[in-house]
Amino acid sequence: MHAADAFAKTRAEGRAALVGYLPAGYPTLADSIKAVDIMIDHGADIIELGLPYSDPVMDGPAIQRAADQALAGGFRTRQVFEVTEAVAGRVPILVMTYWNLVERYGVDRFARDFAAAGGAGLITPDLIPDEAGEWIKASDAYGLDRVFLVAPSSTEERIAATVAACRGFVYAQSVMGVTGARAATSAVAPALVERTRKHTDLPIGVGLGVRSGDQAAEIGAYGDAVIVGSAIVNCYLDAPDIPTGHQRLAELTADLAAGVRR
Amino acid sequence: MPNPDASGHWGEFGGRFVPEALIAALDELEAAHTAALADPAFTAELEQLGREYGNLPSPLYFAERLSEEAGVEVWLKREDLNHTGAHKIRNVLGQALLTKRMGKRRIIAETGAGQHGVASATAAAYFGLECTVYMGEEDTRRQALNVARMRLLGAEVVPVTTGSRTLKDAMNEALREWVASVDHTHYLIGSVGGPAPFPQLVRDYCRGIGDEARAQFLERTGALPDVVAACVGGGSNAMGIFTAFLDDEAVKLYGFEAGGDGYDTGRHAATITAGQIGVLHGARTFVLQDEDGQTVESHSISAGLDYPGVGPEHAHLAATGRAAYEPVDDAEAMAALEKLARTEGIICAIESAHGLAGALRLAKGLKAGSRVLVNLSGRGDKDMGNVVEYFGFAGAPEKSGE
Repeated sequence: MHAADAFAKTRAEGRAALVGYLPAGYPTLADSIKAVDIMIDHGADIIELGLPYSDPVMDGPAIQRAADQALAGGFRTRQVFEVTEAVAGRVPILVMTYWNLVERYGVDRFARDFAAAGGAGLITPDLIPDEAGEWIKASDAYGLDRVFLVAPSSTEERIAATVAACRGFVYAQSVMGVTGARAATSAVAPALVERTRKHTDLPIGVGLGVRSGDQAAEIGAYGDAVIVGSAIVNCYLDAPDIPTGHQRLAELTADLAAGVRR
Repeated sequence: MPNPDASGHWGEFGGRFVPEALIAALDELEAAHTAALADPAFTAELEQLGREYGNLPSPLYFAERLSEEAGVEVWLKREDLNHTGAHKIRNVLGQALLTKRMGKRRIIAETGAGQHGVASATAAAYFGLECTVYMGEEDTRRQALNVARMRLLGAEVVPVTTGSRTLKDAMNEALREWVASVDHTHYLIGSVGGPAPFPQLVRDYCRGIGDEARAQFLERTGALPDVVAACVGGGSNAMGIFTAFLDDEAVKLYGFEAGGDGYDTGRHAATITAGQIGVLHGARTFVLQDEDGQTVESHSISAGLDYPGVGPEHAHLAATGRAAYEPVDDAEAMAALEKLARTEGIICAIESAHGLAGALRLAKGLKAGSRVLVNLSGRGDKDMGNVVEYFGFAGAPEKSGE
């Protein structure tokens, strides 16, 4: 299953896709599997599994804390394949990862094991196509999606080169800053999506800062996918216990799913 | 040899492993730096600033009594005499002048023990730039004096409470902040690491150490040194002195990494000796990491060397064999620090003592009369707390005076 399968469905329904992000292994290994099931049950179209890393330079406090907690709980890279295998089949499962973890595991080996687990592809926030020769080769070999990022500061030339290297969708970073739920999403996001569209027919996902159904509806009006991360992690960070976190995640996902259907 | 390829790689090392959001700023920085170095007005201003404000060029000093003990000629490049007490003033003056040239009004910096933070705050004060320094929360407590210096100089010091709360986390935080403020802020990185063009840029501003030393050495001795030695954490002082000698094939280059409690204990910061190739803070280089690629905490008595990565050009020099890298543990470094104090009346930084200790160890295998040039990259005032603790100087004096 690939990202294109989810977008075929959402395009037919005339709406944006909802992409839910959660670090694998958070709040625990078993509960991260449960959380993914909850998101899918309540309307997520694509799942983005984070791979916890010691030095997540693109993430804000919420995702950093969740990743630290997963690592403190003993999370190992290979367990992302366990999580993928447990949840794959209903919607496309992508992994969002800092590059050193893949490089250390072995790029080809990672692609092979992830594809075997039923994974759809990778989102690589600190890997630009210029440095991605080995990954492009491996993703071709195993038929995996590869999602690179475009940003408000990207030049036209860089947007063109980046989308040319993408498969599945393009990730538009909608604000200049780290991940984190924000009261108001960026005003520059629509402009970035418009600029990106001139260079590709691929779906464009908009990330960073979404925390409510209203914001999801607003972004869904111009983006092909609404990507939600920190707000999902916050369901657990702020909860007194994990069952309460699951409950809050169900409510949030339902709200977001209704948002993209407005 | 010195410059990386067009995409910022030395062999397989270096490059840009950062969010796309930063690429435009890195391109702008690279273009501005290249243009600045080609502009005689810029280089003249930087040279004058170094001379009148930074106390450059630093002297080359023949350490006679130390040489007698070592059995080889030991020459010291006295970067400890620079303004703010280390080679770091060269980097910050260069980058701050470049910041002005790019029309940016603010600098941010990461710091471990606070030396690069103090140097950055100094340059910001000189140029009238805003300055924010990111520092691990642990370090802000241990280095309260440097925090006070930065504040006196007008900088804002932000304690970093994420991850291991050390230098690497301060770098993470500086990178995060830079993404959000890149339109008006320059990230004044403290060493020859990070995404291209930083490793080359920092080296270019530090290479005066070696350019001066090479000329001074030729003038004083009529020859080149047999060995050039320096300590290596991120590696800016070492690249600073190595660069001028890279094409002098007969000159052996040695970088000495922090061996911490001892290389065998696993508690060290010997990144090239013990690390594996990986990606950290925007560059492919050697990294202290676990089986999964998670960064491992480093350990050293010297805060300036206590970093789990190393500049990519060093990784390349190690891989090609042009330079050799060896660990020096805490005890060996502290013994060299004491020896230098007692034979020459110079109290150097603990970082620099690693370079000196490595050179003295190396001297045992060299022919008598060989010439060894050591980069004495900084002075030891900042380290007196560690010295008191390490040598047990805190008790009552041995004899009371009248």
